[in-house]
Amino acid sequence: MATDTTARRSLRAALTLLAVAIVAFGVVALVHERTREDIAAAARARQQEQFAAVLAGRPFDNDPLQDVVELRDAELLGTASPVPVHRARLQGRPVAVIMAAVAPDGYSGPIELLVGIAPDGRLLGVRVTRHKETPGLGDFIELRKSDWIHQFAGRSLQSPALERWQVRRDGGDFDQFTGATVTPRAVVTAVARTLQAFERHREALLAPAGTIPP
Amino acid sequence: MTPAAVLRAGLRDQNPGLVQLLGLCPLLAVSTSLGSGLGLGLATLAVLTASNGIVAIAGRALPAEIRIAVYVLLIAALVTSVELLLAARLPGLHATLGIFLPLIVTNCLVLARAEAFASRQPVGLALLDGLAMGMGFLLVLVTLGSVRELLGRGSLGADLHLLLGTLPGTAGWQVFGEQHGFLLAILPPGAFMLLGLWLAARQALRNHAARQAAAPAQQATAADAAGRA
Repeated sequence: MATDTTARRSLRAALTLLAVAIVAFGVVALVHERTREDIAAAARARQQEQFAAVLAGRPFDNDPLQDVVELRDAELLGTASPVPVHRARLQGRPVAVIMAAVAPDGYSGPIELLVGIAPDGRLLGVRVTRHKETPGLGDFIELRKSDWIHQFAGRSLQSPALERWQVRRDGGDFDQFTGATVTPRAVVTAVARTLQAFERHREALLAPAGTIPP
Repeated sequence: MTPAAVLRAGLRDQNPGLVQLLGLCPLLAVSTSLGSGLGLGLATLAVLTASNGIVAIAGRALPAEIRIAVYVLLIAALVTSVELLLAARLPGLHATLGIFLPLIVTNCLVLARAEAFASRQPVGLALLDGLAMGMGFLLVLVTLGSVRELLGRGSLGADLHLLLGTLPGTAGWQVFGEQHGFLLAILPPGAFMLLGLWLAARQALRNHAARQAAAPAQQATAADAAGRA
């Protein structure tokens, strides 16, 4: 009968599709399981590399990846969600904090930064970790394109004073590039705000390992 | 179809990048350098060959109603596996290729070859077709990537190390200073223009060759006519 064969045909098609879905799922699950540790290790290695870069050779003997507090400051950090702050220590004493910062006002989207700060509020190093700025125009903020990002090392909120934390065109102390002012302006502002956040929460950020700040 | 014809079709006559114009989105977006072009080319080649092989084995037994759905499932599983393997083994390249790696799933080239060729040919030919089409796509990606990197950045192979690690000879060459680079070449409009110029040059060469082939025949006819008169 026609209806019977149609029903059987549909059932067969559905079961075939189900079988293929199960096989495909199994393959992906297997590969995921086999690569999970390597992927996590690669991500850890990448973060440690970035941490080492913004710590600029400061010696430390802990694993900053494990020593982390979460900071919430919508006004200065530009996001309402908690931002992880990692601490580098030498024999238990803090030698630096590493803060992730976002410059929301880049030329083509947010610019993600990593900022290393010494306990006295001096910048150790800044690196751009992710951005979508125009290649050849705005990407000089990357270290492999130019050493522009190096000018932050050694600066603090006292040097220069906060009102001079701007690009030269706006009357500040930081170089800009011809044809690209928006990008450095965003980065300089974000670094200054990160330093202010550090000053405001210094006690909590430098607390001994294990204590959870309020 | 003979194996030689399959190879010729993939590499030249039906080249996915130059003739079928399939998968243009990743082709234009990722061909910013020799290294990333080669990386995406190899990933696409691997997925295409594997999917062609699997479809040739399983395709015939499939009811027509679910054929395309099964292909999409298989291709998605393959691409996800390739992506996970790349993230584990070559994290630098994985970061460079970014979203265009998972997007191989939507590369119509893969689905087109599965449906139009692999599902109705023997396994061996289907595998060869995947290799040939993948190589054709890879060659266009690498050529366009090299030209764009050279024009835009003045370098060649500067990010090959993402693919090959620190093997000797993978540092690339800086042919001229990056500040003299032609920025447009590495931006998306430059990709369209360069591919357009390439297609135009290819067509001009073909037209020229066709005229050359036609011309002696005409002369012969003219001489023949003169002789008779």
